[in-house]
Amino acid sequence: MRTARAVLVGIGVIGLGLLLAGVRVNPYMYFAGYVVLQYVIIASAWNILGGYAGYVNFGTPAFFALGAYTAIFLMEALGAPLPVMILAGGLVAGLLGLGIGYLTLRLKGVFFSIATFALSVVVQTLIINWDFVGGAKGYTVIRPPAPFFGSWGVLLFVVMVTLAVVTVLVARSVERSWIGRGLAALRDNEEAAECMGVPTLRLKLFATTLSGFFLGVAGAPFPYYVTYVEPASAFDLNYAVNALAMPMIGGTTTWVGPVIGAVLLGTAQQVATVTISSELNLLIVGVVLVLFVVLAPEGIVGLARRLRSR
Amino acid sequence: MFSWDLLANAIVAGILLGGFYAAVSLGVSLTFGLLDVVNIAHPAFVILGAYVAYVMNSSFGLDPILTGVLFTPLFYVVGAGVYRVYYASFERRGEESLRGLVFFFGLLFIIEVALSLKYGVDYRLVEAVYIGKSIDLGGVGIAFRLLVPCLVGLAMTLALYLFLSRTFYGRAVMGVSQDQMALRLMGANPIRIKTIAFGIGIAAASLSGALLITISPVVPSTDRDYIGRVFAITVLGGLGSIGGTLVASIILGVAESLMATLFGPSWSLAVSFGILLLALAVRPAGLFGR
Repeated sequence: MRTARAVLVGIGVIGLGLLLAGVRVNPYMYFAGYVVLQYVIIASAWNILGGYAGYVNFGTPAFFALGAYTAIFLMEALGAPLPVMILAGGLVAGLLGLGIGYLTLRLKGVFFSIATFALSVVVQTLIINWDFVGGAKGYTVIRPPAPFFGSWGVLLFVVMVTLAVVTVLVARSVERSWIGRGLAALRDNEEAAECMGVPTLRLKLFATTLSGFFLGVAGAPFPYYVTYVEPASAFDLNYAVNALAMPMIGGTTTWVGPVIGAVLLGTAQQVATVTISSELNLLIVGVVLVLFVVLAPEGIVGLARRLRSR
Repeated sequence: MFSWDLLANAIVAGILLGGFYAAVSLGVSLTFGLLDVVNIAHPAFVILGAYVAYVMNSSFGLDPILTGVLFTPLFYVVGAGVYRVYYASFERRGEESLRGLVFFFGLLFIIEVALSLKYGVDYRLVEAVYIGKSIDLGGVGIAFRLLVPCLVGLAMTLALYLFLSRTFYGRAVMGVSQDQMALRLMGANPIRIKTIAFGIGIAAASLSGALLITISPVVPSTDRDYIGRVFAITVLGGLGSIGGTLVASIILGVAESLMATLFGPSWSLAVSFGILLLALAVRPAGLFGR
């Protein structure tokens, strides 16, 4: 029953997005909205592994860029349409996720995190040396005319609204199901969970794959959005920091946390980029992240809960 | 076309580079290997040290390595302060591993962005009499800009080794890494010992930053390349083993140098991360692990 209501709310949000697309506000709004929604997807996807299962992934850029570069590859090789690119980008990144899932067999905690960071650099080196998708020079996307709404800015905004709603709904249903409870158990104590009969490996593989899939999905429309992709921008460290900062600020144990964090931090960054400078807004992210980790480890959701219980 | 000269040059350059890598990794060996503090911000302190050397060199003409040595006390204090914050926020609450990791990641990001705000993203370099000179040993050129950092790195390795094995505080650091409770029972304060060790780790980072800018120009984002390198070296060498760190550094230096010579420099970065992934997956205890 509650799931049905959540789906209805999701459909409502998509409807709102369509309405916004019809109203035609300042084009910059769609542009900025895309970025915030992209971060909603990234933060929610990251949280499936990092928040629910407690495996901190520093390799977000690898998954995001793999989504983007799969899209570029399909564009260059087949001229594939956007939905195919998004699905394929997600699948390829999900496959990488499955790979790091097997890494968790040997690597726990800190070592896992360092390995994912290493993975990100290895993937970046491979892409830099792969000329078919532009190599270090980058790749310029030539977009066909937008099939709907008359402009790619608006169309991509609607696409992002839909993807964000789907990601959040999936993250929510994972959290509420036995899978979410199993992941929470292995987050608290993996050995104890295993002893109690929780299929930890299968759950971890599920979490890494699903998390990777949606990180790839977030990256797949990126080439169409920026129209010029180079490894440095697709593998930007900002994605790694934001992917972890947003859930940490919102609260990692529920699906609401990453959404709150992404909307707050994402919007703040957009405002700061326009009004102050883009370098300074990164500094803000770093400072806010450190402050939250030190002072409010449970995030905004945890703060709210503490206030309510008083 | 294959040339023995090229190969010999690459290997010699790799060994020299290895001595420098040891200097960069010593601090992580100490903090991560012995204290179990995942100081992923270590490379950011290296870059901070490099920028201090750059500023002193460009405005006062001070020798970069001399600057590095002069500023170690300041960085020691900074490091001790960082550890105190880390201890109060995470270790005491018993939630150090993952949140602590995020804390240091945030710190790395803050230092990097602050540096690029102040100095921009242009490459910065230093000037010193030995930069640009080299000696020729039967076809193998030894550049002084590599030789000097290598020698300093070896001296740092030796100093840290002697500190850990011969001095009271050094032995106490080894003690902390083995059994904190026992150390407490012996009347020593593990937190104080760890603060000292962490300060030394950060001081070593700043000095190796001065070596870094002697070898090649630096931008604020250079720290990212070194995250993989230092952790690859510490893991490969075996956590907390100073000798292992040196051996692993030279292995990595030679491997990178060969890769750069044979396949081009754009591949050399993948070597360290490849080694790291391999070491983590196959033998997490490292070559000289306990």
